[in-house]
Amino acid sequence: MSLLRYESQVRPALVEGDKDYHQVTEDICRPVEAKPSKLWWIGFIISVLMLGFGILSVTVEVIYGTGQWNLNKTIGWGWDITNFVWWVGIGHAGTLISAILLLFRQGWRTGVNRAAEAMTIFAVMCAGQFPIWHMGRVWNAFFVLPYPNTRGPLWVNFNSPLLWDVFAISTYFTVSLLFWYSGLLPDLATLRDRAKKKWRKAFYGVAAFGWTGSTKHWQRHEALSLVLAGLSTPLVLSVHTIVSFDFATSVVPGWHTTIFPPYFVAGAIFSGFAMVQTLLVVTRKVLGLEEYITIEHINVMNKVIVLTGSIVGIAYLTELFMAWYSAVDYENFAFFENRLNLNSPYGWSYWIMMGCNVLSPQIFWFKKMRTNLVVTFFMSILVNIGMWFERFVIIVTSVYRDYLPSAWSTYYTPTIWEVGFYMGTFGLFFTCYFLFSKFFPVIAIAEIKHILKRSGDNYKEKMDVVEKEGTIEFAEKQAHDH
Amino acid sequence: MAVQKFITGNFYDEAVLFPAVKKVRRGGYKIHEVFTPFPIHGLDKAMGLRDTSLHTAGFIYAITGTATAVGFITWALTVDWQINFGGKPFFALPAWIPITFELTVLFAAVGMVLTFCYLCQLAPFVRKDHFNLRSTDDTFVLVLECTDKTNDAEAMSFLQSIGGQDVQVQYKETGWWLGRYDKDTKRFERKAEAAH
Repeated sequence: MSLLRYESQVRPALVEGDKDYHQVTEDICRPVEAKPSKLWWIGFIISVLMLGFGILSVTVEVIYGTGQWNLNKTIGWGWDITNFVWWVGIGHAGTLISAILLLFRQGWRTGVNRAAEAMTIFAVMCAGQFPIWHMGRVWNAFFVLPYPNTRGPLWVNFNSPLLWDVFAISTYFTVSLLFWYSGLLPDLATLRDRAKKKWRKAFYGVAAFGWTGSTKHWQRHEALSLVLAGLSTPLVLSVHTIVSFDFATSVVPGWHTTIFPPYFVAGAIFSGFAMVQTLLVVTRKVLGLEEYITIEHINVMNKVIVLTGSIVGIAYLTELFMAWYSAVDYENFAFFENRLNLNSPYGWSYWIMMGCNVLSPQIFWFKKMRTNLVVTFFMSILVNIGMWFERFVIIVTSVYRDYLPSAWSTYYTPTIWEVGFYMGTFGLFFTCYFLFSKFFPVIAIAEIKHILKRSGDNYKEKMDVVEKEGTIEFAEKQAHDH
Repeated sequence: MAVQKFITGNFYDEAVLFPAVKKVRRGGYKIHEVFTPFPIHGLDKAMGLRDTSLHTAGFIYAITGTATAVGFITWALTVDWQINFGGKPFFALPAWIPITFELTVLFAAVGMVLTFCYLCQLAPFVRKDHFNLRSTDDTFVLVLECTDKTNDAEAMSFLQSIGGQDVQVQYKETGWWLGRYDKDTKRFERKAEAAH
């Protein structure tokens, strides 16, 4: 029985207020069943407009070619690949929360995992846009797939990190989607069974796949979730590792380092959690879910941010040390002249990165800061800016001056279409997120109910008796009861 | 699939449900199913359900993925069309690890989800009969199977005595059919009333 799991009273409640199972359903379904607010419409329309501008930018790029972007002979990867890595990184928090924290039996994940997983899927969708449209002749995009063709058949290069990326990102997207949706089924069934309107019954009836909640189905569902979590855990680590291979397997100074995989993964978790904070600090307020996404959740996620931010900081310092220790002139030049030197053309971007990623998160050592919503929101934006600059620094400062001074490029600034494309992915992301928060329960209802009697506020009070009894006697007594 | 007769009782607390399940089994009644709004650990054991083999299926899908990746890449790059990439060996196994891993995960995940949907009869437009709409909200619904020999009144009072609330006889379709949840076809209900 669930009470067999002992939980200390010292641990703060994960669900606040006097709740029973029905109240949980009511609270989480309310925003889905209510009419969208004016604020929702404003946000949604702005997102759609941004998406529209993104579509225009991409159309211009497809018609006139990637020359519409300010990429040049040396800087072949500019904003587009920066944005790609940035979005993929953001897409790591959802799976981390839902998979790794499931394996670690972290109860607090139940409040935030559904929204974080949705965020993952939307972020990976945005990320996928960049390499696809960066191909230029996008109508030939299917060339990346190994299919029997009339050119030999000439197969794709399975030894290339760029192809690994194709497999990694598409697998990651598929698995995240399956994980998210299989978890959603019971909650969609809840919405279906509560539905009064005809279209709701039809929509959630189709979406819930005929879920009934039978014990046998739950047993299989639990097995499925656990195995998918076990599969997603190495998957999430592999994806950003492979993204880092895009750089690390090349011989460009500043990219050719073995530290890249762990450094990228830590950075991905760092930026992903920051994006989760940005979204959830707003979502919990707007949808009135403060009792489910509590200050404690924010606090715990801020701890992850300060941890991963510090790991990233150590990685930056290690890179500098290795550049110096290697005694390779090109490495030294890339790190100490192109990046660290504030007077070099892109020195400013390195110091924005350092400031936002390494220095500023250190305020989260203080609990007062971790539990302050305004600080958290502001910091989450700052971290995302910092992480965007990390990728910009890695890509642009490494390639704009590499081996031959004759090949050094002029100062690279993006065109309106590059910026518009980036804005468009924001539009895509937020359009999806607004639709999700309107039509799907943003918190995993069934999972909250599962932890309610262990971690709910009103149930924790009653655990006094249990505390005094001692775990072993309590467990034995419970076992004898049935 | 056919319409069958069931006796259902509602429970609102796991602490009542668990002993009830045990007593029902000791009493010689057959549990058709227990519907719960969330997974209750140990309930499957209490009901005497066997463990699911979904893990095993997942493992088989996973090694299928591994074999597919290694087999296909080996064939494509060493047999079908050899390409010399900077003098490296054609059979460059270490470079294939990432794709092999990704396909392993992909096959396992997709295969398991499809198997899960097949076993639980889950798909869009699949419709099943409900015993209680609140079973996805806050109610645990214990469903007993009735045979010709079952004494309805006795079974109902037994279910009440072990804590079941709102105990009633229900005639329900046990299988699934294609349909929508906003349109009641009622083709099975009529048949059930006739049998009653």
